[in-house]
Amino acid sequence: MSSQSYDAACLPDLLPLYYRRLFPFSQYYRWLNYGGVQKNYFQNREFSFTLKDDIYVRYQSFSTQTELEKEMQKMNPYKIDIGAIYSHRPSQHNTVKSGTFQALEKELVFDIDMTDYDDVRSCCSAADICCKCWTLMTVAIRILDRALRGDFGFQQLLWVYSGRRGVHCWVCDEGARKLPSAARSAVAEYLSLVKGGDETLKKVVLTDPIHPFIRESLVLVEQYFPRYALLEQDILGRKESVDKVLSLMPEDVRKQLQQDFQNEKKPETRWKLVKDQAVRKQATSKKGHHFEKEIMLQYCYPRLDVNVSKGVNHLLKSPFSVHPKTGRISVPMDLNELETFDPFAVPTISQICEELDRPRSGEEDGKSEDAKEKENEKEAAERRKIRDYKRTSLGKYVKYFDQFLDEMAQSWKGELLKKSDLQKDF
Amino acid sequence: MEFSSRRRRFLTNPQTELYGHPLQFYGQPPLENIALAEFEAFAVDRLKLLKTVENVGVSYLKASEQYSEKLRSESKALNFPHRPGGDDRKPQAGLSENDKRRKDHISHFILRLAYCQTEDLRRWFIQQEVDLFRYRFNALDSEQKLEVLHRNNLQYDTINVEEKIVLKDELVNSSYTVSGITVEHQDFYKVPFQDALDLVRARKVYLKAGYVYIPHKDIVTIVLNDFRTRLSKSLALTARSLPAVHSDERLQPLLNHLSHAYVGQDYSIQKNVGKIALDQIDALSGKSFPLCMRQLHQSLRENHHLRHGGRMQYGLFLKGIGLSLEQALQFWRSEFIRGKVDADKFDKAYAYSVRHMFGKEGKRTDYTPYSCMKVILSNPPSQGDHHGCPFRHSDPELLKQKLQSYKVSASGIGQILELVKGMHFQLACQKYFELTHNIEDANFSLNHPNQYFIESQKASGGGREMKREADTAQRSQENSATGGSAAPREPEADGPQGVGEMTEDLDSYFQDA
Repeated sequence: MSSQSYDAACLPDLLPLYYRRLFPFSQYYRWLNYGGVQKNYFQNREFSFTLKDDIYVRYQSFSTQTELEKEMQKMNPYKIDIGAIYSHRPSQHNTVKSGTFQALEKELVFDIDMTDYDDVRSCCSAADICCKCWTLMTVAIRILDRALRGDFGFQQLLWVYSGRRGVHCWVCDEGARKLPSAARSAVAEYLSLVKGGDETLKKVVLTDPIHPFIRESLVLVEQYFPRYALLEQDILGRKESVDKVLSLMPEDVRKQLQQDFQNEKKPETRWKLVKDQAVRKQATSKKGHHFEKEIMLQYCYPRLDVNVSKGVNHLLKSPFSVHPKTGRISVPMDLNELETFDPFAVPTISQICEELDRPRSGEEDGKSEDAKEKENEKEAAERRKIRDYKRTSLGKYVKYFDQFLDEMAQSWKGELLKKSDLQKDF
Repeated sequence: MEFSSRRRRFLTNPQTELYGHPLQFYGQPPLENIALAEFEAFAVDRLKLLKTVENVGVSYLKASEQYSEKLRSESKALNFPHRPGGDDRKPQAGLSENDKRRKDHISHFILRLAYCQTEDLRRWFIQQEVDLFRYRFNALDSEQKLEVLHRNNLQYDTINVEEKIVLKDELVNSSYTVSGITVEHQDFYKVPFQDALDLVRARKVYLKAGYVYIPHKDIVTIVLNDFRTRLSKSLALTARSLPAVHSDERLQPLLNHLSHAYVGQDYSIQKNVGKIALDQIDALSGKSFPLCMRQLHQSLRENHHLRHGGRMQYGLFLKGIGLSLEQALQFWRSEFIRGKVDADKFDKAYAYSVRHMFGKEGKRTDYTPYSCMKVILSNPPSQGDHHGCPFRHSDPELLKQKLQSYKVSASGIGQILELVKGMHFQLACQKYFELTHNIEDANFSLNHPNQYFIESQKASGGGREMKREADTAQRSQENSATGGSAAPREPEADGPQGVGEMTEDLDSYFQDA
């Protein structure tokens, strides 16, 4: 793999190449058009671009895939955000009578950002991430994916790496897209367990009965907690963090453990002592004590920003957008490979541009249609364009995106059939 | 298209049928002729009732004894239905049950006209009507509740016995109120989660594959959501027919008064622009800022940064105390560039936001400083945030430490913590005011951070101007409600009055600064 390091100053040269030969426009359009089931769905979608020199333009909209391509190749945006589907074409919103231009639909989205975990990770802070704290994202994805599917019944989820320090989830089910703001915030709050700002010490409080959702989430957290918290973050090793953990327990337990910890230094054993205390406390006390669960959740449970999820018109970074600071592409994540996902292995724009010039062996899908197709200039250019990303590290992500779209297409087919049945075209 | 045959029947039957049920859904507007005097009187009375609903909602827990008792006595005093068992016997004095229900019906629709016009008004009106409806629904017996469900076509499937057995543990563990016995003996309804958002939001119910499983006894939430949705839609429709209503000269002044009252004193009219100098802010923050703003100011000075929630809450407050746009820009800029933000970045990213607060960008709304209610109830702070109400959002231990560091006496802190425990956050802040200003009784009802500032300046001898401003603030604060304040004091009960007196009274009742 190329080790071309990324330099933001090169963006003005790299972006045109990216948008001309690598950005997967046809898949992108296929996604946002949603099978053409609803009229003007793509045309009424808002995009926003951040251009060179931090110029920000909103209310961009396009009539066709070709128009989208042309405009993006002309403007070479540094960042692309996707907004809502409005009642009218966003680019014409100024001509619409005030009050009637409304955001109607949008995917239900979630944004998990590593900075929200700064109080529980010691390896990094702010915009930095490393493979140790990345586990938090893995846990977040596991828990939220299970809940969105199992509890809420959503099926078309697209998880995307943001390019720097977090992940996004796009819930694309039709029902999700139509949710009003109150429903979105209700979903986000159902999924929220960690509450409170800097002023709050104990951010997770559980009461009886323990809701099945919390129970299921704990099962997942427990799979990662020993390695992530006890080993890698060493929360029961270093004194300051031990104190922090102890402060989350009832006073009598804390005093007892402070004593016990004098003689026991191994984190795993210390945690066992904590769990023993929890069992003991639960047995002897009338009301429920769940501090060991609360600790695990405070350190590992996903922290999401409700404000991102609740607005129908909220703009969120687009998949396949470039992150200007890191150069990494916002790629869709295949959950089958979640455990081995490495954010530092995600291709950067400089990397894939460089790969364009070097053919990769064995990456070409030997499509026999080559021989069958007519060899005219335009088609050849098209094919070359379609195959370009396949020659680069971007290829596998686009392929996964294709699979995602194929699954969704099943439901569009159903919808179109239903519609034509209603209109009685057989 | 679905027809609600029962509602149709109401239209064609005599009036007694129309008001046959103690709880109304306000599906159809009144069709009779109403005297103008009655029109005004009904509207004002309902407004008072809704204001009470708002006040008790902040001061007491919604299901508590005091809450119900206060609402019941207020409903009775204002001649609204107050007992579900009320029958139609002619009482010794006052209105018959039927008349009360009629008043309830008519007054609701009049207030729709006044409150459909803006997003804020709609939101306030819906919130109070839903709370009122919830209170009334809970007062019904189970048979009456069933009737309400059926009259409103809430057809949800129940789950069969096999499914109940399979789900029993989950159902019991999902809700504090569901026991094994509940599962055995009650019907459980499978409801799409979109119809039960309150239960989902609070995770009080079992949710699987997009459906919540609700025992019959908890069905009130469903009914409430249905009521809220319908009311919201109706208000939108009403707004469209408003021009026709406004053309009637008799109605226009009244409707304006009714909704205008809720704009009230919102501290957006800057009386003292430029009277505060930037170098006074540090001192003022210790002396005259409520705790929330003092905390925000301190965080800003310490971290040279505030997140969006904090910038909004604090920035708008500063605007309210009289900072001009230029001063505000200078203030934020000088602080931010001490941190990680360079001047250039500030001008690009944050200056826009400051100008936006002053109504100079975007849709040019001159945003109003947040009231206590807004700070307490919306946008709770999370990791990295410093906004919100410290009495509401801070750990009691941390709050105690903070108050100690501000040299509040131990007994004073004790009193404050008691109030916090009882969820009386604004009273706690008032106590903080009393302790830090060394006075026995604050003599005002706190419901806005800017009000705190003005009262503080007044108490420290800020001069007659401050006093005048505080007094008008006080009066209209009693009357305002939207996204605004909750004056815990009771509205005065009105005796019978003539129309002329009524309108005069209205004027003074709804006067704003």
